[in-house]
Amino acid sequence: MSQNIDTTQQEIHEIHIHRDDFGSKMGMWLFLFTEVLLFGGLFILYASYRFIYPNEFALAASELDMLMGAINTVILLTSSLTVVLGIVALQKNNKKLCLFFMWVTVVCGILFLVNKYFEWGAKFHHGIYPKGPALQDMSEGEVMYFGLYYVMTGLHGLHIVVGLAFIGFVMWQIKKDVLTSTNFQKLENAGLYWHLVDIIWIFLFPLFYLIH
Amino acid sequence: MDNHNSEHAELSEHDDGQIAEAHHPSYGVNVLVWIGLIALTSITVSISGINLGSLALTVALIIATVKTMFVINFFMHLKFDNKVFKIFVGVCMLIFIVVLVLTFFDLTFRYE
Repeated sequence: MSQNIDTTQQEIHEIHIHRDDFGSKMGMWLFLFTEVLLFGGLFILYASYRFIYPNEFALAASELDMLMGAINTVILLTSSLTVVLGIVALQKNNKKLCLFFMWVTVVCGILFLVNKYFEWGAKFHHGIYPKGPALQDMSEGEVMYFGLYYVMTGLHGLHIVVGLAFIGFVMWQIKKDVLTSTNFQKLENAGLYWHLVDIIWIFLFPLFYLIH
Repeated sequence: MDNHNSEHAELSEHDDGQIAEAHHPSYGVNVLVWIGLIALTSITVSISGINLGSLALTVALIIATVKTMFVINFFMHLKFDNKVFKIFVGVCMLIFIVVLVLTFFDLTFRYE
């Protein structure tokens, strides 16, 4: 009888610990490659139109606030750092510190979106939006630039929102002790996603804000 | 909390596919990488103020690529990861570059 109970408990234990962290990580990387496909296509589109309209792109880029772009770059880089520090903290079994770092990440992500809101708001105010008055007087190249600007930074912003949701979910699981110092792959996956979003911004920033 | 134990070389490695980071970097390394990334950002911003002409785009892209390498290798742990992920990322980058170059073959001959 007691042997039976022992085997059952052992089975439950085995079911409980069955995890495939390697597969989980591989799945995340494969997903990230589809993201590269998505943004890569847009970057190639950008490269093509910049090749055709170099002067128009430079003219249109002067409308963008370089300082705002630089601040957002620093914010995203910092948020990437805090994700990594959060992972290290969890691996060192410091749950409180991990959650603190993840909160900093969330605050950074929200700050990024707030800056984007003001940036886009300023553009709308100047009549730069689809069918907007300012856009009507612009050349084809400038219109292309702003089209790409809105689509690419917009899609990137959407990824920030998704990344924040992912991180929020992972934080909740850390809080509930579902993710621990020996079971942290989901946190790492959230980090991988967040870093990819950061990398995309690393390219968006010089390509849209730093043209002369 | 063994904050001084910077390398968790002996983290558990089970035989059912569970992996834990071996040789995981400490807080310090990542902070250094972050300082490097911020420095590269200020370099790319200051350089954009100088009129480099056609070189400007190349320099900006080189700096962005270096920053990406830092993020992928350290923040995304690729440097310490299984070889298969390194091959994956390499193939992914290669495909992107091939498609980009092929597109430009078309563009350069179309708009001469």
